[in-house]
Order: sequence, then structure tokens, then C-alpha cells
Amino acid sequence: MRRRLFWDRFFEKSFSLSAVLAVLILGGIFGMLLYNGLRAFGSIAPGYFFSLAEWNPAAYTAPSYGIGAMLTGTVLTTLGAMVFAVPVGIGMAFFVSEIAPPRARAMLKPAVEMLAAVPSVVVGFLGIVLVGPFLAGLFHLPNGLNALNGAILLAVMALPAVVTVADDAIHAVPHTYKEASYALGANRWETLVRVTLPSCYSGILAAVMLGMGRAIGETMTVLMATGNATAFPNGFFDPVRTITATVAIEMGEVPAGTPHYFSLFACALVLFLLTLIVNVLAERITSNLRKRGQ
Amino acid sequence: MMAKKHIQLFGIASLVTCAAIVVGFLGLILFDLAWKGGIVLNWEFLVRYPKKGMTEGGIFPAVFGTAVVTLLATALAAPLGIACAVWLQEYAPDTPLTRLVRASIRNLAGVPSIVYGLFGLAVFVEGMGMGMSVLASGCTLALLTLPSVITTTEEALRNVPRLLREGALALGATRWETIRAIVLPAAVPGILTGIILALSRAAGETAPILFTGVAFYSRYLPASVFDEFMALPYHLYILSTQHHDPVAVRPLAYGTALVLLALVLMLNSVAFVVRARHR
Amino acid sequence: MENYILEIRQLNLFFGKKHALKNINLGIPKNKIVALIGPSGCGKTALLRTMNRMHDLNPEVKTTGEILFDGHNVLHGNTNPVQVRRHIGMVFQKPNPFPKSIFDNIAYGLEINGMRKRENVRDAVERSLRCAYLWEEVKDELNKSALELSGGQQQRLCIARAIAVEPQIILMDEPCSALDPISTAKVEETMLELKQQFTLVVVTHNMQQAQRVADYTAFMYLGALIEFGETDKIFGQPEHELTKNYVQGHFG
Repeated sequence: MRRRLFWDRFFEKSFSLSAVLAVLILGGIFGMLLYNGLRAFGSIAPGYFFSLAEWNPAAYTAPSYGIGAMLTGTVLTTLGAMVFAVPVGIGMAFFVSEIAPPRARAMLKPAVEMLAAVPSVVVGFLGIVLVGPFLAGLFHLPNGLNALNGAILLAVMALPAVVTVADDAIHAVPHTYKEASYALGANRWETLVRVTLPSCYSGILAAVMLGMGRAIGETMTVLMATGNATAFPNGFFDPVRTITATVAIEMGEVPAGTPHYFSLFACALVLFLLTLIVNVLAERITSNLRKRGQ
Repeated sequence: MMAKKHIQLFGIASLVTCAAIVVGFLGLILFDLAWKGGIVLNWEFLVRYPKKGMTEGGIFPAVFGTAVVTLLATALAAPLGIACAVWLQEYAPDTPLTRLVRASIRNLAGVPSIVYGLFGLAVFVEGMGMGMSVLASGCTLALLTLPSVITTTEEALRNVPRLLREGALALGATRWETIRAIVLPAAVPGILTGIILALSRAAGETAPILFTGVAFYSRYLPASVFDEFMALPYHLYILSTQHHDPVAVRPLAYGTALVLLALVLMLNSVAFVVRARHR
Repeated sequence: MENYILEIRQLNLFFGKKHALKNINLGIPKNKIVALIGPSGCGKTALLRTMNRMHDLNPEVKTTGEILFDGHNVLHGNTNPVQVRRHIGMVFQKPNPFPKSIFDNIAYGLEINGMRKRENVRDAVERSLRCAYLWEEVKDELNKSALELSGGQQQRLCIARAIAVEPQIILMDEPCSALDPISTAKVEETMLELKQQFTLVVVTHNMQQAQRVADYTAFMYLGALIEFGETDKIFGQPEHELTKNYVQGHFG
């Protein structure tokens, strides 16, 4: 008996130790980001950092650290991606959960999972060899590496997230609502648009937020397909550089401890906070949904 | 005023179109890669080393490197992640603190992979002195997949019915005996699925390994965990963006992309089968 | 005075703020079957689960009072619930066999309680399956998964599993409510045999069942023990007005 109690206590302690370790490590990421990122603001004024000043930290005489252009790049590509991914993603979600016959659903859900599994570098690659030339030909551009290309590719990456979460939200709508609608003589489409859709607005919103989070955080796709110009973009046909790409590109060349080094951490911090806010909002919405459902 | 019937027809047609677009994207990706990558794909491609400045030959070192670093990352993340999940689900009291921890872990899963890469560079490569190595990249990838391993394991544990636990306890089993013999075995399919998916994610990621250990060309395979290594995603990235003759190596890039995609899809299919068989 | 194997004294139980069990005083006689009856929500299951410390799993539960078993207070902080449950076993309302083979379901309890030798385990498995009237039906298929058995067989397996660790008391929480009439009859037959070796406390909402199997019956209402006595007396000549109304079916 003593031995059994000993092992019971031993494993309890071991498990709690692992949990503490895991939490410490993961928390350490945030801590380190915060520490190094804030050190950047020792030599760079925050107002200046977020301004539209040029991003040229390696300049010999007057290095400048404005991320305004890159923030715009991130925003452009993300919003562009959402404009496409939201209607298509929600449309597909409705198709899969409400219209498609069970056999089609059984094939479509794995297809979406497959799309989600495609590595970002592969999508970026296709942006260079497929989408880029297509856009260049269509719009008579020198090459197709611009914000529009990035937006399309990000849409492809965000779609699975939107579809999956929206599908869950639509499924959560109680059967009884739909049955009541049919009983009143409404047809399928009317029920869908006027009963089902309004019942899951928040879930759909959460799906959009998650898709957006995915798009904001993407690195390789935009790195490969957006042309990486640090100048301020004037439109979708201009090359842009996102914050993620900046960090990825300059990470390797920057000596540790310099303002440039810390400014990259500041960029990463901005990214971290952006995606955190988006994810937390999405989470709040879905947990409210769950609470109301009970 | 259009008849209700026509509106419905139009509406449903647009939904079908949306689905077709998504499936179309997938099909386009698969088809394009298979077609243009398939010509390069043969046994030689997989087992030979690259030659003549990467313009010829195979990608074996990249395949090897990906396999090694991915397995290392999973070997690090899985035990820690499972143990953490077991504690959270089976032992931890339901306090605001544990709820906060759980929520934080879930949110960390959505953090951009480049952030992990930066952390890996600062802490593993420089801070802990691992240098650019398999070890540093493995640790970075392990961190990347840790949150999702914890979350999927927790869910698998949660799905084990309460009645089963009570049955074991009612026989006079200790909590550990219940977990060891009843709860964990019942949760294995779900845990396994989570680990395979983590493997698949780690294999396809570029940003975390970018400055923690991957190289475009190394003469030898990594002899120890402190050496640099080649990897499929990075190989694809360089071949398509920074090679001195991108057009000439385009077919090789396609081949690399196809191999990487096939690897990832294979792992995902295994996970899918594991999950489906135990539903 | 009957020889009591379990004595419940001044037991009060709170689910958070709700006073679920009110000052229960009850003695469980040895080698007899005691039925706990009463309308839904009267606290009979709560009382049952207090006896083997199952409420430990619910942090919101607080108890005061004592339950004396073999000279010790089951509810005391220093008492090890693992030990308690070894001696006071439980069969649940919904059959809950482990997703293992029939043999392993029973072997599990034996192994954690220290039985190492394979022959001893095999003998014990056979003994308990015989006791539960299941041996003849499964003796050739001991390696079959327990989940492939019918509901009634699963419940008898759970009884066999509980018996195998040789408890002194077996608590049963509406053991037949998920079963068909034939399985119910088999389980009731088992219960009557079991009382030679064990003491049974059975929660049931089926008054006919109580009359069929129980030697003693306790009637509960809104968390309090209203009346306790020999089954014939409770159903034939109940002393309390409430008891009378319940057993005569005036409320359910």
C-alpha cells in the first residue's frame, strides 16, 4: 500500500513539474519578447517607430526605424486576403453543413484539412511560379510580386481556418430553429439566410478573426511573393513588405545587442500582440457562444 | 420580383461556387505540383546528393535533415506536452489560474512561427550557446508544436468518460493507477493524432529553422546534433528565390515542393486514419 | 440489536450552499441487503456515494458527521479513500466496463491490489464470474472485449469486477435501471446470492425491486431519513405519514 501511495505521489509531482516547466518556457517567450522589444524603445521613440518614417536600420549615417510602411503592407495583404477568404470561406461552410449531401460532406471536410496542411513555403512557391506570372500577364505588370499576389495567397492559407470554425458555428445552431422555419413554409434558402445565419453571427465572426490571425502571422508566403520593397505601397499592384517578412529577412544579418537587433524584437512584439488580440477576441466570442448554448 | 424559387437557386449556386473555388485551389496546387514536379521525381532524386551548384542531382540531404530535426522536435515536445496536459486535465483544480494557463496555451498556438524563430535565435543559438544546429532548430520547432500537443492531448483526455474513471477509483485504485491503466490507454488514439499532426507541422515550417540551424548547402550529413543541416522547406525557398539561376532549377524546385507536400499529406492521412478508426 | 457493519452518525452534506443530506443517522446490518428508496432528488444517491468517499471527486462537496466502519471514521481527513474503496465497492447505474477484455476487466482490480501470480488471478476471475452468474456465458471468450457484451452482461461483469477485490460492502446505485427485465431478474438473483458473503446497500426507485430483494429499507425525502426498518414493515405498516404516501404511490 505504501508503495502504491508513493508512486501516486511521485507521478503527481512529476506531472505538475512538467506543467510548470512547459508554462514557464512558453511564458518565457512572451517575457523575452517583451524585454528585448522594450529595450528598442530605449533608443527609438515609440511614436517614431509606428510612423511612416522609412525603415532603414542598416543605413550608415542615419538609420531609421519606421514600421509604418510595413504595417501598411501587413494590413493591405491581410485585408485583401479577408475580402476574398471571408465570403468564399463562409459560403463553403454553409454549403458543407447545410446543402451538401453526406457523401459530399465526407469528402469536402478532408479536402479542407488537406488545404490547411499545405506548408506556407509551398504556397509561396506557387505564388512565384503560378499566380505571379498570371497576374503579370493579366494586368501587364513587370512581375507579379506584389500586394495582390500576397493577398490571394494569404486567402488560400486563411480559408481552411475560416471554413472549419464557421462550420462548427453553423452546426451549433439548434435543429429546432430550422424545423420551426420549415414548418412555417420557408424554403431552404430562406431558412439559411434568415434563421440559421443570424443565429451564428458570433461564430462566423470568430471564424473571420481566426482567419485574420492566420493571415497576419504568415511569414514565408509573403516573403516569397510580395516583392519585399520597403517603400510605402500605393496600391495593390505595388510590392510590399510585411512585418513578418522584415523580421525573417533581417534576423540573420543583425549583430546582437544593437538597436537594430532590438527593433526586430519590437516588430516581433507587435506581431505577437496583434495575433494575441485577434485570437483572444475570437476565443471570447466562442466561449460566450458555449455559455449561451448551455 | 424574382420568384422565391429563383432566389433559392441563385443562392445555392453561389454556395456551390464557393465550395468549388476552395476545392479548385486544392486541386490546382496538387495538380500543378504533380505535373511539373513529377517529371523530376524518381528514386534517384530522393537518394542522391545535389550536384553542380544545386542545378542537378537529388535532395537526399534535405530529406534526411527534415526527418532528423522533425523527429527531434517531436521527441522533445511530446513527453513534455503530454505530461503537462495530464496535469492540467487530471490533477489541476479548477481555479481561475488554471483556466488562465489553459487559455494562454491555446492562444500561443496562434503566434506567428517567425516569433518562435526569433526566440530560438536569441535563446538557443546565442543565449545557450548551441550555435546554428540541429539541436537549436529542434528545440525551436518543439516550442512551436508544444501548445498544440498540449491542447489536443487535453481534449483526448477530456473525451474519456467520467464513468470509466469512477469505475476504476471505486475498485480502490489510486489516481495514478487510474490514469496509467484506464485513462491514458483510452486517450491514445487522440494523443497519437495530435502528435502526428505536430510532426507534420514541424516538417513544413521554414521560419523557425531559418536562423537556428538550416543551411542551403552542407557537404556532409549532420554528424551530431550540433551540426547544421539541410531541410526541404528551406531548400525550396532558396531554390525559388535566391538561387543564382532560378529558371534552370525550377524543375528541381517543383520536385522539392512535391516531395515536401507528399510528406506532409502522408502524415496527415495517417493521423486522419488513426482518428477515424477509433471514433 | 443487529450487528452493524457501517454506522452513519449525524451525517450532513452540502453541495456548495445546498443542504443535501440532513442529519442522517443510519446503521447498515451485516450480511443483509438494505434498500434506499425515495422520490427523485431525495438524496439517496448522494448518501450512497458518501459511503465510499466518491464525493472526493467533487470539490464543492462538504460533509460533517461520521461514518464508522471497522472502528474507523470513513470520512476523516486522515482516512485513505483508496483503502476505503477497497473494502466498500460500488456498482454504477450505467454499466461501465473498461475497454479491455473480460478477463482484464476483473484482473485490473486484482493486480492493483497486489495479486501477482497468474494462477491466483485466473482462479479469482473465475470465482467472481461464477458469483455474478456470468461464468457459464463467457468462460470460452474471456479475451473478448467487454464492450461486446450485452447491457445486462456488462452490468454483471461490473458486479464480478467489484466482487473480485473482496470488499465487505457493495454499494449499488440503481444497478438495474439501464437493463431490460430479463437482465434485471438475473442481477436481482445475483444480489440475493451475494448477501451471504457481502453486505449490500442498494439505491432503487423501483419499489417492487426493494420488496423483492431487500431485508431492510430506508425511506428518504428531501435529504432526510424519514423511516428505516424491515422491508415488510416499511411497505406493510409504515409508521410515518410520508412513507405511507410514497409506498402507496401517492407521489413518485
